Amino acid sequence: MASKPTPAIPRDDDDDRRPLVDVRGLSVQFGRQHVLRKIDLTVPRGQTLGLIGESGCGKTVLLKTIIGLVRPMHGEVLFDGANLSKLGDKELTRQRIRFGFLFQQAALFDSMNVEQNVAFPLRQHTRMTPGEIQRIVLERLDEVGLPESAMHKKPAELSGGMRKRVGLARALALDPEIMLYDEPTTGLDPIMSDVINELILRTRKRYPVTSIVVTHDMHTARKVADRVVMLFPLAHLSQKDPQIIFDAPPGKLDASGDKRVTQFVNGEAGERLMEMRDLADSRMMR
Amino acid sequence: MATGHGALERPSNHRRSLGQGIVDWVADLGEMLIGWILALGDIAIFCGRTLSWLVARMPQRETLLPSMYQIGVLSLPVVALTGTFIGMVLAVQSYSQFKVVNLETRLGAVINMSLVRELGPVLAATMLAGRVGSAMAAELGTMRVTEQIDALSSMGANPIAYLVVPRFLGCLLLIPILTLMADFMGVVGGWFYSTQILGIDNHHYWDNSQKFVGAFDLFGGLCKSLFFGATIALISCHRGFHCDPGAEGVGRAAYSAFVNSFVVILMLDFILGISLDKLYFMLWPHGPSFL
Repeated sequence: MASKPTPAIPRDDDDDRRPLVDVRGLSVQFGRQHVLRKIDLTVPRGQTLGLIGESGCGKTVLLKTIIGLVRPMHGEVLFDGANLSKLGDKELTRQRIRFGFLFQQAALFDSMNVEQNVAFPLRQHTRMTPGEIQRIVLERLDEVGLPESAMHKKPAELSGGMRKRVGLARALALDPEIMLYDEPTTGLDPIMSDVINELILRTRKRYPVTSIVVTHDMHTARKVADRVVMLFPLAHLSQKDPQIIFDAPPGKLDASGDKRVTQFVNGEAGERLMEMRDLADSRMMR
Repeated sequence: MATGHGALERPSNHRRSLGQGIVDWVADLGEMLIGWILALGDIAIFCGRTLSWLVARMPQRETLLPSMYQIGVLSLPVVALTGTFIGMVLAVQSYSQFKVVNLETRLGAVINMSLVRELGPVLAATMLAGRVGSAMAAELGTMRVTEQIDALSSMGANPIAYLVVPRFLGCLLLIPILTLMADFMGVVGGWFYSTQILGIDNHHYWDNSQKFVGAFDLFGGLCKSLFFGATIALISCHRGFHCDPGAEGVGRAAYSAFVNSFVVILMLDFILGISLDKLYFMLWPHGPSFL
């Protein structure tokens, strides 16, 4: 029998009205480099949030801070009311198994085959028999459209799309309450990208899951997200400018009056080309 | 006028640049010292967390056994081979010196004492650092770079408990066995070359060995090896966990794991050598010692 871990914090009716993720005044820096500055963001239960922005603007760092893989310099991330950065190892583990995380390159364990990868969280956190684990692994692989014959393959033998699907199956193994997707379609062909988009939608229909999807693929953002938040790189902002420059449903992206949002949505280089030219000129002058 | 101004400005600029140079040098030195202190603090925290997880939860058999196989079984042939040659090389190098004073039958004492007290433990540790330490740093470094360590954390598995503790235990438990193998094969190699090639009398060779090499020497060597094993595991895993991105970062983690482990092993060897000698004289005040 599956022994699903109980949530660490007792729940009452108010808990369902509380946002599942509540980011308050979050700032992150690595050494002298500031990546995130005073981010405020809430994600209600059941919502699929699309997090978009240029490369290096801090989308992945925000995702990793939400699950407690990166410690913030200032501010806090409350997950279901619990501040993950202040929890001990045991409590943090209890909270983390409520998350599913699909990494950019899938992050499958090289030393294990597909079956062992998908079974890993089940072996770590449940007392299921090997037979029950194998049944769930087959179910999850079936959900992401992988045949039983893929079970014994090593990650190195899989294509990019298959790796992503195995990563998704592994992330869904423990029926998470929240799914974090880090650029799920990057590096895939358009057809496989749409397969992944469909899987994200199908997962949402099948489980009452809250999702945060980091992407710079506008097709993905429009297709899967209920709400889109756009981050802007701090290097191009003054001290007073907010880092979140768009926060609305995806339908309003085209109507945004902000030139930076329009440029990103339409894939226009804009000022970036000017900046490159200025940089080249300043080098010539030196 | 212009020349006059130039003549006045030059020494002042020179003074400023010299002063600035000294300030920069002091700032660089300070930055380097802070970096060293931070690195030391970081590795101390890493060691503390490894030991606390070791006490809190024993690793699962499925992670411990492959680590022990990699560390122990696969290292055994190379340790045995190098041990044999070291024993023979000691015989070759010492023979001519002892022959001059007609003490060649004492060769057994010198070879076996050197092997059991020093060369066996250091050789086994060097082989382990080179073969296993670098591989551990490269493997964990690749896992760091490809986000596999983050994936472990995100699934509620503590990476220290899952990845470091089995490797630490493997090194700690198996290095005494590797040391014994290096000692044994070195003794056999030294005996073979001394008695079968150089023609030293077999009886006197063993008789002198028995007189000079005691159980404490063997115990001291094995005791040292435990420290060496722990050092290799902790330094190599730490290097892997703090690997810089990219192929260059993984390569740097692998070689720095070996270099750092080797330097610390030699430093520890010196400190432990003195400590064990003091312990020996404390226990047996009139006993002989080669140190």
